[in-house]
Amino acid sequence: MTLGGTPPEQVQRRRAARRARGGVALGISTIWLSLIVLLPLAAVVAKSTQADFWAVVSAPRTIAAFELTIGMSLAVAAINAAFGTLIAWVLVRDRFFGRGVIDTLVDLPFALPTIVAGLTLLSLYGTTSPVGIDIAFSRWAILLALLFVTLPFVIRSVQPVLIELDPEMEEAAASLGAGPAESFLRVVLPNLLPAIVSGAALAFARAVGEFGSIVLISGNIPRRTEVVSVLAYNQIESDAPQSAAAISVVLLALSVLVLLAIRRLAPRGATA
Amino acid sequence: MSRASRLGLRTLALAYLVVLLLLPVGLVFYRTFEHGLSAVWYWISTPEAISAFWLTLEVAAIAVPLNTAFGVITALALARGRFRGKALLDTLIDLPFAVSPIVIGLSLVLVYGRDGWIDLPFQVIFSLPGIVLATVFVSLPFVVREVTPVLREIGDESEQAAATLGASAWQSFWRITLPAIRYGIAYGVVLSVARAIGEFGAVSVVSGKIAGQTMTLTLLVEQRFDNYNLAGAYAASALLALIALATLLLMTRLKPRRSEG
Amino acid sequence: MIAATALTKRFGDFLVLDDVSIEVPDGSLVALLGPSGSGKSTLLRIIAGLETPDSGAVLIGGADVTHVTPQKRGIGFVFQHYAAFKHMSVRDNVGFGLKIRRERKDVIRARVDELLEVVGLTGWADRYPGQLSGGQRQRMALARALAVQPKVLLLDEPFGALDANVRQELRDWLRRLHDEVHVTTVLVTHDQEEAMAIADRIVVLERGRIQQVGPPRELYDAPANAFVMKFLGPVSSLGSQLVRPHDLVLSSDAQPGAIEAQVARIVYLGFEVRVEAELASGGAVSVQLTKAEADELELAAGDIVHVRATATPAFSA
Repeated sequence: MTLGGTPPEQVQRRRAARRARGGVALGISTIWLSLIVLLPLAAVVAKSTQADFWAVVSAPRTIAAFELTIGMSLAVAAINAAFGTLIAWVLVRDRFFGRGVIDTLVDLPFALPTIVAGLTLLSLYGTTSPVGIDIAFSRWAILLALLFVTLPFVIRSVQPVLIELDPEMEEAAASLGAGPAESFLRVVLPNLLPAIVSGAALAFARAVGEFGSIVLISGNIPRRTEVVSVLAYNQIESDAPQSAAAISVVLLALSVLVLLAIRRLAPRGATA
Repeated sequence: MSRASRLGLRTLALAYLVVLLLLPVGLVFYRTFEHGLSAVWYWISTPEAISAFWLTLEVAAIAVPLNTAFGVITALALARGRFRGKALLDTLIDLPFAVSPIVIGLSLVLVYGRDGWIDLPFQVIFSLPGIVLATVFVSLPFVVREVTPVLREIGDESEQAAATLGASAWQSFWRITLPAIRYGIAYGVVLSVARAIGEFGAVSVVSGKIAGQTMTLTLLVEQRFDNYNLAGAYAASALLALIALATLLLMTRLKPRRSEG
Repeated sequence: MIAATALTKRFGDFLVLDDVSIEVPDGSLVALLGPSGSGKSTLLRIIAGLETPDSGAVLIGGADVTHVTPQKRGIGFVFQHYAAFKHMSVRDNVGFGLKIRRERKDVIRARVDELLEVVGLTGWADRYPGQLSGGQRQRMALARALAVQPKVLLLDEPFGALDANVRQELRDWLRRLHDEVHVTTVLVTHDQEEAMAIADRIVVLERGRIQQVGPPRELYDAPANAFVMKFLGPVSSLGSQLVRPHDLVLSSDAQPGAIEAQVARIVYLGFEVRVEAELASGGAVSVQLTKAEADELELAAGDIVHVRATATPAFSA
């Protein structure tokens, strides 16, 4: 029964129009996404079949590159999980002069080109180091570069959760006899864990594919300091795109898996 | 928490940041300017540097508006539309974050290169279009990711009200929706521009690094470094770092205002 | 017993507590009553050790705990919004204090089961706070606070976040619990009915100062000032004096000492009737009558009546 409102057919038509608008937007996005992202990635997968996939992927040099890359990325994820949480804690709970500036600068690795990051790290910790630390062309250089580019991930993931955390939970823990350390371990940390893990996973995904910051500083010595992205780059330059594609497919699969895992852990739009 | 442990944690956190972030960046600025401003000015005003600068800007000027339009449209589809596979679309949009830049470069070469899938009447690889495509790829998700939550949060009641008052879909979008998401868009644009200007790996593969033609600022830094022109590399880096700091400033201003209308 | 002596606390420029001293006798239930901003929550939190006073002292059981951390004061604290450990089950929540004290697992289990029965949450032990209603969460919080056998139980507007009927139920239940367990209890509330219903003594606070301390009856019948009178019950102003509406009498004909008024509105509230009238001398007055009294007078809007106070009015309005 309508009480002098919009007649039912008109409501139906408007609803259909809205759905149709949703449809047009969806159509445009799908076309754009397919053209820019999916098509090229499909080409990589297709090209990889032209290579002797197994031979390329199991070559000692390739395996060494993957071991190095994955190992480094896991280490970086772990270090970030610890230090990122610490820094997030200090930025949210502590008050000191310059806190706001530091908070802003945490995003610098997001804004700075990776090649510049590599150069800055090289200048301080390389052959011309003013503090006498020279780690150029070593695995430490890779670790350092990856730590730099992944710095913001865990911090930015944990900060909002920490800010939203009910301070009364910690007061309740104190009233029940828990000291600061125990209160952190039993009450705060469990609530931060999803954010820490998803931040660390993002750091990992970023680290496995990193190129620009590593290429200057690591020396790219095959089987010692050559990461997967550099190896693939060399294959492209050596006019062996099939091998590059094969290696890329493995890297791609790894990154996509991590991406899916992150979405499971911290679905966007859901609050803790 | 005792004063001692509070100070201890603060010191540890700041030490990590100083060693990893502040010292290196500070040193680059120091090294750049330690030989005086004129040297710096020289190296950022060579014809190469100037053309690299303009090329980088040109690429950003093409890629970012395209991704902004795409971003807003996709955000509307994700926030307002009802269709199966929404989660799939959402996941796919995150792909550029997960794919290595080298793989991105390779993928474009395989599609648009000499023996690629698509043969266009103009040159793509080793030319401007290739660089644009690579830049579009890497900066694709930013505007979408910033605008979608804002759209979800504000809901579509205002648009419904506008419809009852006689506004067409376009009028409603232009007068109601767009003003509500402008800060979300702005923030996404800032992030996209930073990403576009800073892209290195993908552009390394597709550009061919032809001086004066396909050499972006980031590629210029690498080239100068390889040619042992440290002063030149630092100068170009300092320029890029300054742009990055400006980006940071804009980000800080815009971040808290993202869901304002 | 709890004693707070000369407590002063400032937040920035704002003086929250101004030289406040109270005593809470052993085993009693004392309510800190006042409007928001009166300092009652701050006072409670200072007793708990969650805030430190700028000056003054807190003694619990005779010992000076002013600079002792909340962990070591032997208190139980219940928060308005429950402060549940949402990542732990009900059982783990309630047993938290015992776990911190490194009690044996079987001891913890037994005590938790016992407490869950006391608060009526047996069977919910393995659920999570998110699955409980507000009232259940607060009962869990109470069990959690009692698990460590505190010397003192402190509750900060514990029923403030609950629906009205749940609030009443829980409030009465808390009083019965107190009668069984006899822990020295301090309760903060802004609800005078709540304080009157369950407290042995009420401390009325306003703008950081104590207005009056005493049993509910005394505060109601013999308020120390106009604020206490207005806060603890309904008041009517007769001319420039404050009177309880039920201490006013209406008559159709003139009486010595009565003021003339015209009936503006009659509100029937079931068992009681409220008559709102305009005084001839100016101003409005609200008179509370029983149904019987109202029926006898047969009032209608517009009637002229005469209002007289049976109790001595106290304080100027």
